[in-house]
Amino acid sequence: MKPTQIFAILFAALMATCPFFLNAYWTDVMNNVGIYAILALSLNVILGHAGLFHMGHAAFYAIGAYLTAILNTQYGVPVLWLILPAGLMAGFFALIVARPIIHLRGDYLLIVTIGIVEIVRIALINNVFDITGGANGIYGISRPMLFGFKIAKPFHFYYLIWSFAALTIFLLIRLEHSRFGRALHYIKEDEVAAGGCGINIARYKLEAFVIGAVWAGMCGTIYASKMTIIAPESFSFDESVILFTIVILGGAGSIPGVILGSFLLVGLPEVFRGFAEYRMLIFGAAMMAMMIFRNRGLLPPRPKRYKLGEIASAGGAK
Amino acid sequence: MSTLLQVENLSKSFGGLMAVNDVSFSVEQGSIVGLIGPNGAGKTTVFNLISGNYKPDNGTVLFDGTNLVGLPTHTIVEHGIARTFQTIRLFQNMSVLENVLAGCHCRMRSGSLSAMFRTKAQRQEEEAAMVQAMAELEFVGLDHEWQNKAKNLSYGNQRLLEIARALATKPKLVVLDEPAGGMNDQETKELIELIRAIQARGITVLLIEHDMGLVMQVCSSLVVLEYGIKIATGSPAEIQVNPKVIEAYLGVDEDE
Ligand SMILES: Nc1ncnc2c1ncn2[C@@H]1O[C@H](COP(=O)(O)OP(=O)(O)OP(=O)(O)O)[C@@H](O)[C@H]1O
Ligand SMILES: [Mg+2]
Repeated sequence: MKPTQIFAILFAALMATCPFFLNAYWTDVMNNVGIYAILALSLNVILGHAGLFHMGHAAFYAIGAYLTAILNTQYGVPVLWLILPAGLMAGFFALIVARPIIHLRGDYLLIVTIGIVEIVRIALINNVFDITGGANGIYGISRPMLFGFKIAKPFHFYYLIWSFAALTIFLLIRLEHSRFGRALHYIKEDEVAAGGCGINIARYKLEAFVIGAVWAGMCGTIYASKMTIIAPESFSFDESVILFTIVILGGAGSIPGVILGSFLLVGLPEVFRGFAEYRMLIFGAAMMAMMIFRNRGLLPPRPKRYKLGEIASAGGAK
Repeated sequence: MSTLLQVENLSKSFGGLMAVNDVSFSVEQGSIVGLIGPNGAGKTTVFNLISGNYKPDNGTVLFDGTNLVGLPTHTIVEHGIARTFQTIRLFQNMSVLENVLAGCHCRMRSGSLSAMFRTKAQRQEEEAAMVQAMAELEFVGLDHEWQNKAKNLSYGNQRLLEIARALATKPKLVVLDEPAGGMNDQETKELIELIRAIQARGITVLLIEHDMGLVMQVCSSLVVLEYGIKIATGSPAEIQVNPKVIEAYLGVDEDE
């Protein structure tokens, strides 16, 4: 076994057992790390793999959370049923807003996506369609029920969130090692060459955007049911910046890097709560050092391995 | 023989400069055609117009009965035209194999969902693409380099890799922009064999080349450009004695 595989197994084992050693407070910290990890992994498809400078990810997350909150509190739909609709709704929104802007160059795209997250937040504060509850948000969202079991304690949520995170990681690794994942990689490396090889650049960028949004939307459902109350302030530009930072700091395009980034940016501040006032200072300094000494992130993506085996000997020139 | 590619009255200007001025020529199915001319004659621009990287101000590009003007580059590749670039454009940080898989992309179907669920069709398609990519690498003689990064290859091998990537798109026509650029004599000799082997596969070749030895050996007909205007067309033997062509080349000889 390779060292990375051993490390992955040890990490999984640690994650599967750690709530038994943690109190409710620390379990909840881990839950937050998990939610940010899922969100950052979804942003990683857009920012890391496709190389699109998207700083409005909280907008998609908000749409998922609000769809869940509204359908649950108004119509009593069980929250877990709403995971998929929340994802699809966020994906649909992404499709509509991203289509006209997908061809924009990095810096322009960044500004437009900041606009998107602000528009969504302001729309929520202003209580659009009279269903978002304005600045106060929506409360009384019910807890998820799983086979008659009510998920309410941090301990329960831990397993819900991290199972979803594990599923996300599993699916995204598969996606990375596929025709779709390669297409994004080619586009990120050289758009002209990718187009010259027959890759439909706009389509793949858009699809990356939609997939990232679907995942953020699904994560919104989990967040809404964990908090039972949501408000526009939870989906501000700041949240988008944190997610953006996690991906860049951890290593754009690297799944292990993004997970590490989530632990560092969400978990570590809790460890250093005592120095709360200096927290941002330390972070700022750390970021600057990182960008100078390790500008591809803490764990940059590694080259993909392909197994040839019998394929190599089967292949012959025509 | 039938005509595979027909370029008619193609024009393109950049600002006030007419880079390509009312150029027409045709490429027969199965032939090897050379596009030659002094530096800045507009050869690469013609290629960019054919491949959809630039839109012509005027004129049509008929390929296999379809007008390609206005189509995006990836659609043109799907129609069966693959190209290489004068300034090598490989995916430098990716492996040699992955570079060729990029060419396989447009003949594959599976999308993001089938990748997540790893369907049987998706797995089979991936395996078939590997086999095809390795076959193309073997065809250009780079199969032993498959795991290497593209940027670690020698200049000549990078050119070969671009050709392999183009062939992986299963083209009817390959358009090679200065394939011998940066190659030594031995590599150029092997390239001549390779271009003939491409033709033997039934693929038509259109190439730009400054190496006159290569052009005269492999091409069945030539098109000569100067200042964006087509000044001659014919067999290599005819072109070699064409006074206009001789003048065009002598005129720029001092800075070559
Ligand atoms: N994108 C562009 N913008 C402005 N001018 C351009 C552009 N592309 C080409 N040109 C100009 O058009 C003319 C023809 O260029 P082109 O690259 O087609 O020549 P070429 O025949 O390929 O020359 P070479 O043998 O040096 O490669 C040149 O004067 C060049 O400067
Ligand atoms: Mg040129």
